[in-house]
Amino acid sequence: MEEVLAITDKVVDKYGGDPESLVEVLREVNDKSGYLSREHLARIAERLSQPLSKVYGVASFYSLINLEPLGQHVIRFCQDAPCHIVGGREVWEALEKELGIPFGETTLDGQWSLLTTSCIGACAVGPVMMVDDDIHGNLTPEKVRDIIADYREQDERATATAVQGGQV
Amino acid sequence: MARRAHIILSGTTAQVQKVKAAFLESLDEFGLTDEVDVLEAAEMTVSPRGVEAVVYPDVVHYVQLTPQDAPTIVEEHLYKGRPVGELIYEEQIVEPLEAPSTKEVRVVLRNVGKINPERIDDYIAEDGYAALGKVLTEMSPEDVIAEIKRSGLRGRGGAGFPTWLKWTFARQSSADEKYVICNGDEGDPGAFMNRRVLEGDPHAVIEGMAIAAYAIGASQGYFYVRAEYPIAIRMLRIALAQARDYGLLGESIFGTDFGFDLEVRMGAGAFVCGEETALMQSIEGKRGQPRTRPPYPATSGLWDKPTNINNVETYANVPQILLKGGEWFASMGTEKSKGTKTFAIAGKVARTGLIEVPLGITVREIVYDVGGGVLNDKAFKAVQTGGPMGGCIPEQYLDMSVDYETLAEVGSIMGSGGFVVMDEETCMVDIARFFIDFAQEESCGKCVPCRVGTRKMLETLNRICGGEGKPGDIETLETLGQYVTLGSLCGLGQGAPNPVLSTIEHFREEYEAHIYDKRCPAKVCRALIKYEIDPVTCIGCTRCARNCPVSCITGAPREVHVIDQDICIRCGICAQVCPVDAVSVE
Repeated sequence: MEEVLAITDKVVDKYGGDPESLVEVLREVNDKSGYLSREHLARIAERLSQPLSKVYGVASFYSLINLEPLGQHVIRFCQDAPCHIVGGREVWEALEKELGIPFGETTLDGQWSLLTTSCIGACAVGPVMMVDDDIHGNLTPEKVRDIIADYREQDERATATAVQGGQV
Repeated sequence: MARRAHIILSGTTAQVQKVKAAFLESLDEFGLTDEVDVLEAAEMTVSPRGVEAVVYPDVVHYVQLTPQDAPTIVEEHLYKGRPVGELIYEEQIVEPLEAPSTKEVRVVLRNVGKINPERIDDYIAEDGYAALGKVLTEMSPEDVIAEIKRSGLRGRGGAGFPTWLKWTFARQSSADEKYVICNGDEGDPGAFMNRRVLEGDPHAVIEGMAIAAYAIGASQGYFYVRAEYPIAIRMLRIALAQARDYGLLGESIFGTDFGFDLEVRMGAGAFVCGEETALMQSIEGKRGQPRTRPPYPATSGLWDKPTNINNVETYANVPQILLKGGEWFASMGTEKSKGTKTFAIAGKVARTGLIEVPLGITVREIVYDVGGGVLNDKAFKAVQTGGPMGGCIPEQYLDMSVDYETLAEVGSIMGSGGFVVMDEETCMVDIARFFIDFAQEESCGKCVPCRVGTRKMLETLNRICGGEGKPGDIETLETLGQYVTLGSLCGLGQGAPNPVLSTIEHFREEYEAHIYDKRCPAKVCRALIKYEIDPVTCIGCTRCARNCPVSCITGAPREVHVIDQDICIRCGICAQVCPVDAVSVE
């Protein structure tokens, strides 16, 4: 709870407590915390002197603001027509199969969230997806499996290093 | 400082950063830091192969780079002058950026990929800010608007409203404060022109906005850029800081009493915020919902002050028009659609990417001459222009002129410049369904016809694609489409039915085949197709049976295999793995 307050206050202060910075504040707190809990929203409402209902209304309007926690890695797959006609459907199915979850959900181990996104403007190399902040293009079902395997391997290595270093 | 070589890197951000760091380190080692520049670009080619680099001016294309390759390239190629053979990609020749396809004319994209967007000096060396200087010291605001009028420039965001007229309305509104806004909320699926301009030449847009501010009498401006474009936002922030350092933004620019500054505001993932009134609501910290017009932004916009709002590409044209004159710009294009337009070509076409062509070019020239034709020499079926509010243009219009009026005549729109090519394997009903799905998801919910109507249209299309279409469905879609168009406040709702209506108009027989014959002519809609194994061709290799995810294929080794249609999920894997092409789709 204290962390929630600290992060939120820092962002609100950065924008000088201006109620018109609400969208910016929501997005930035979201980026720092991964999602906005009721506590985040209540604090933002309090600090910007706005009704909680309005803050919730704005937060739920924008798709890049999450109201629920997401996995460690977030996949945002482009679901728009230009990616669809160059083989997006097969990639979509490969993603669901590889992660064992349907779109919109997070794996039970909290590692992966599988979301769709609107066009990310990389249509020349469709189908495309973002894994966290990285864009992967010209996807095929095989390539998707390789990419996910790479991330898993990296995570394992990072965990192993952390264990060796006595950080866990 | 002039450089003798440039390395342009592309690939995914994290990997590019590592390779870039390695390049910088070895350039430093060889004392080449002042001679060679390392730039990051967006994706350059049709098929990115890991981290790629093109070294200019030699135009040597390296692929699959790791940080370990950087010292080799620096030592061998840049220090000793011998390109590193084993890293060069040879299948595909990267054209020098200075010589695009002969049908192209680069005005908006003239600097993109050529200059380092992170250095204002590079832009200034290409006549950057010369137009602003000329405007502030030699021209009155009225002169500026007159020059824009002579050029015939129309809004590049899609609607094509004459820019000079918009500026005139904002100029004539009296208020203590006015604003200029740049709409960089490029959300159309299939459109990425503005992203590349903001990433590759941000100062051109800044300069265009400063000129607009001078013309209408504003001193503050806003960039509204979607959060999905992090590189564009980073480049803009760097560019703004440098322009301020040089006194090109801020108080008394060029020693005149004109002052102007800009702020960047980010979107948060809402397509409708590209609509001008919704965009302004979003800047004000609210839900981005459109409101009625009038009043138009030119009289009552951001914080109820007169506001001029133009698209990225519109502003990027402005400095060139002021420098070279309105007549020069008007010499390109058609009678009513002047100048050039950028298009993002995607879909089933050999060369995808960004192009800039004079308006009045034909669809055929774009697809075949600039785009290199349909991918894998399949038959051309249609091109979808104008994004999710646009329409599909069928083959019989291949020779039509691409301009605002002609596109509208055939039921599409110019839109922001999406240009998605479809071939014989694209199902038009399925495509219409995708676009209406997009619209219903992005509808802000304010107008019932848009919120409920697009939903009902989607449900109908889902049924048709699912093999449960009924007689009368096409007529229902047409009627609903009209209601949604008529009953919605903003361009999203007014345009949402367009992809459906235009595909019904041009491809009605495909809808009918789905509904009456329970058949998908393009063999895309799974409920309407079935896979079969030709008993004569099948060699009984068992590969299909082993790869079938639902185990619906039976047959002993070296005997003919059979698909159980009741279990088959029509995934198509059997057809992909069959070594003798015995699996056909009906």
